[in-house]
Amino acid sequence: MKKGDFIVIGTILLAACIGFGILFWMGRQQAGTVRIFKDGKEAGVYSLDKDQEIQVDGGENVVVIENGKVRMQSASCPDQICVKQGEIGKKGESIICLPNEVVVSVEEGEESGVDAVTN
Amino acid sequence: MHRKGAKLVAFGVFVALALIFSYIEACIPFQIGIPGVKLGLANLVIVVALYKMPVREVYILSIVRVLLAGLLFGNMMSIIYSLAGGLLSLTVMWALKKSPSMSLIGISIAGGVCHNLGQLLMAMLTVETYGVFSYFPILMVSGLLTGLAIGIGAREMLLRLGRLQF
Repeated sequence: MKKGDFIVIGTILLAACIGFGILFWMGRQQAGTVRIFKDGKEAGVYSLDKDQEIQVDGGENVVVIENGKVRMQSASCPDQICVKQGEIGKKGESIICLPNEVVVSVEEGEESGVDAVTN
Repeated sequence: MHRKGAKLVAFGVFVALALIFSYIEACIPFQIGIPGVKLGLANLVIVVALYKMPVREVYILSIVRVLLAGLLFGNMMSIIYSLAGGLLSLTVMWALKKSPSMSLIGISIAGGVCHNLGQLLMAMLTVETYGVFSYFPILMVSGLLTGLAIGIGAREMLLRLGRLQF
């Protein structure tokens, strides 16, 4: 083993560490987001990380984000299907309140996970 | 002494060896759950050839091996990935071999890592997702370890081959 060998090993380990660092950082940025639509128009985007209560249309619908999940706390609609649906938290899931035309959908950050793997 | 004939025979032996190593590798169920992590036994032949043959012939050897092994044990995609990895790996090893401060072990490690890197870059190009980047750190470390193993093996082989040149 010569000096150059250790330089090569050091460079590779450094690159691997930086790679781990970037992945860790990206993982933190990638927390799910919740998008709420009212009458087909976007009413707001919220992070699943932060527990909060959102009043949609002046409290006609109340959306609650808690422990990385989102649920419809209450709604003024007659059937209450959206409230009964319970909580959601995975990418692509949504709660829809048809009478009030409110859509709550869960989305991830800009980049989604791995699409395909080949060996 | 038929110099040209002897060279041709030696080249054939190297191709056969590389192919056998590819076959052995395909037989060993060396899977630890991460795609792309494998021993790279065929690289042993490439590393040895790098010290024993003109570089032009090592390139031909590498391409022939990838094509044959891909047709026998793989598919079209595995040929493309192996070609990207193999050529990048060989180019880097060849460049590093010129440096006087590099030993066989370091060259082999760089080769192992670049083999993985080339495949990863090709995967990024074909899949068009940067998500495959999540394999980068693991592939770097695994390339380092397999490169080290291959380097030690190649050193032993070269010791026994002596001053033979093809």
